[in-house]
Amino acid sequence: MAKVGKKQKGPRREEPAALTPVEIAAVAVCARHGNKPDELLEIFHELQHELGYVPDAALPPIAQALNRSRAEIYGVLTFYHEFHRHPVGRNVVKICRAEACQAMGTDELCRHAEHSLNVPLGGTTADGSVTIEQVFCLGNCALSPAVMVGEKLYGKVDSQRFDEIIAGLEKEAAE
Amino acid sequence: MITVFVPRDAAALSVGADEVAAAIEREAKNRNEDVRIVRNGSRGMLYLEPLVEVETEAGRVAYGPVSTRDVAGLFDGGFLKGKSHALGHGLTEEIPYFKNQERLTFARCGITDPLSIEDYRKHGGFDGLVKALEMKPIDIVTEVTTSGLRGRGGAGFPTGIKWKTVHDLKGDEKYVACNADEGDSGTFADRMLMEGDPYCLIEGMTIAAIAGGATKGYIYVRSEYPHSVHVLREAIDIARKANWLGDNIQGSQYSFDLFVRMGAGAYICGEETSMLESIEGKRGIVRFKPPIPAIEGLFGKPTIINNVMSFAAVPIILAKGGEFYRDYGVGRSRGTLAFQIAGNIKQGGLVEKAFGITTRQLVEDYGGGTATGRPVRAVQVGGPLGAYIPESKFDVPMDYEEFAKVDAMVGHGGLVVFDDTVDMAKQARFAMEFCTIESCGKCTPCRIGSTRGVEVIDRIIADVDREKNMVLLEDLCVTMADGSLCAMGGLTPFPVMSAVRGFPEDFRKPAPNKFLADAAE
Ligand SMILES: Cc1cc2nc3c(=O)[nH]c(=O)nc-3n(C[C@H](O)[C@H](O)[C@H](O)COP(=O)(O)O)c2cc1C
Ligand code: SF4
Ligand code: FES
Repeated sequence: MAKVGKKQKGPRREEPAALTPVEIAAVAVCARHGNKPDELLEIFHELQHELGYVPDAALPPIAQALNRSRAEIYGVLTFYHEFHRHPVGRNVVKICRAEACQAMGTDELCRHAEHSLNVPLGGTTADGSVTIEQVFCLGNCALSPAVMVGEKLYGKVDSQRFDEIIAGLEKEAAE
Repeated sequence: MITVFVPRDAAALSVGADEVAAAIEREAKNRNEDVRIVRNGSRGMLYLEPLVEVETEAGRVAYGPVSTRDVAGLFDGGFLKGKSHALGHGLTEEIPYFKNQERLTFARCGITDPLSIEDYRKHGGFDGLVKALEMKPIDIVTEVTTSGLRGRGGAGFPTGIKWKTVHDLKGDEKYVACNADEGDSGTFADRMLMEGDPYCLIEGMTIAAIAGGATKGYIYVRSEYPHSVHVLREAIDIARKANWLGDNIQGSQYSFDLFVRMGAGAYICGEETSMLESIEGKRGIVRFKPPIPAIEGLFGKPTIINNVMSFAAVPIILAKGGEFYRDYGVGRSRGTLAFQIAGNIKQGGLVEKAFGITTRQLVEDYGGGTATGRPVRAVQVGGPLGAYIPESKFDVPMDYEEFAKVDAMVGHGGLVVFDDTVDMAKQARFAMEFCTIESCGKCTPCRIGSTRGVEVIDRIIADVDREKNMVLLEDLCVTMADGSLCAMGGLTPFPVMSAVRGFPEDFRKPAPNKFLADAAE
């Protein structure tokens, strides 16, 4: 039998390339979700949690594991605002731009954030520490403007409090 | 041992509740005080968060908003004995904001430890489910129909009718799906309940499952609510272990299991068919109706879909009877609604009241006017697709029909307050912009119309062919309202046209500057 195996392998000129770390991560996350197609959003969330974003290289192995087309997987990934296709800062700072926060000056807050970090909304600071993003409502509308970093929510954020939050992050990063 | 309550609600955490709890614990240790800290939900007086309560013989005494700097002073002042203090408000339940509410759905929120089943039981929790377990499914449906409960997620469709449809269908694979997407600005009631009284939602969904004949349910929570996701997952685990979920619930013939699914930052996934697509792991694109989800819903099976508030109203309806609930409210709007006062408001928070209260009462009596101290100019009611109402409409009773008569909607009960510095042309522009960002893209009037809408409003603001563009805007709004498949494109004209009609002067201002006017041409 061993001989047969060898023979079958024979004509192939190359060994199948070893999986890249991204592919390994993707396959593992899918497996943890039983390779169920309906758990695709959870799979993306978990991958993004592990890698900081969902690399394009993760899509083919996900498509294969879930038995769905690559186009579908790509379509789902790009539909949702929450998922990143490219690397982001070590901290993602979400600033709420919806109506209740507007009523309490989120426009000024956004301008302050862009100015003080020297990036537009959606951008990442040069040192790679912070990405600022707009979101629409964090459910903290009675204590607006609201900001969220990771899972931490902040209320009544003015420019000064914003700077304190950012300073806290840099300190954390330095430690 | 003295019990001190410090909320774990996300809004309370956002203004330092965790830090305050830690400071109280430290200070108690240093002073050798025997203190037990309970992390409760929020009472909904968000302007007082972190609202710390101390249990005394007379009842719970409130202090707030407490910061870590205040903690030593509170100990010095004898707050553990409920003594008065600059931050003190006396007995929590005597604070007018709280006392004058009619709390049915939120009866336990802020009072109990959200994850303690014993606490839940002690405060009437699972009474409704215990009754339901002994009833025929059709009798549960009848009870809900009697209550007059209408969907709290926005559209106000009678819940009983939805449940009856699913109940009457054959087949053993059916689902219950809870819409916890709560994307509307100015709303946080779903979040507060999920974090402050999760078993109430679990109980309501379980009753729905028994009524409809479902054995599996999903709660679709938006990713902006990580705290809710954690609390729900923990609560579901605990409920399962205590056999309030799972096989043969409390020894009955009924089995039901529940799972949490997380969204990924898409407003449209609050639309029910979009939500189903999303739960199935797809793009959140709206489905054509019919078939309605009650007939062909999740994975193509009959599905009861309701908002968090609708499900959470059900336990008390079962426990106290449909008539009890129906006796609150006015006209065809029965029961209570969790009103949420937000934006530029002095005393923002959640007020549960029977239908019939007015915007003025909510904004002035409860809210105490604006946070900036300036006059209120506009209130957007019912989320980003709701109308901006001017002062002339502040006395219209909150009632689905009465609001519809004045071209507004109650929606999920959120009120966003603006002072007189608001620029309503800018708000109208934002409503269109929001639609361009959040449209699912399936139909042209919504996808393209909103983009054109932003451009038209930009020209109006810049005073380029103003009259012509005002007419064009109105035309565009009619097309969007008539030609859109769902309420995203269909209702975006509401905030836009309400701004035009209610605040015409803001669309007639001199152009901001010549440069912009040229750019818009
Ligand atoms: C664009 C759009 C967004 C919606 N967002 C929500 C939402 O966040 N939560 C919700 O319960 N219903 C939302 N709805 C309404 C739902 O489609 C649906 O009517 C509701 O979940 C049904 O539950 P109910 O009968 O208990 O209200 C939305 C509808 C539209 C068109
Ligand atoms: S109205 Fe907009 S959101 Fe609704 S189905 Fe059409 S394109 Fe999608
Ligand atoms: S509008 Fe900003 S938190 Fe709700």
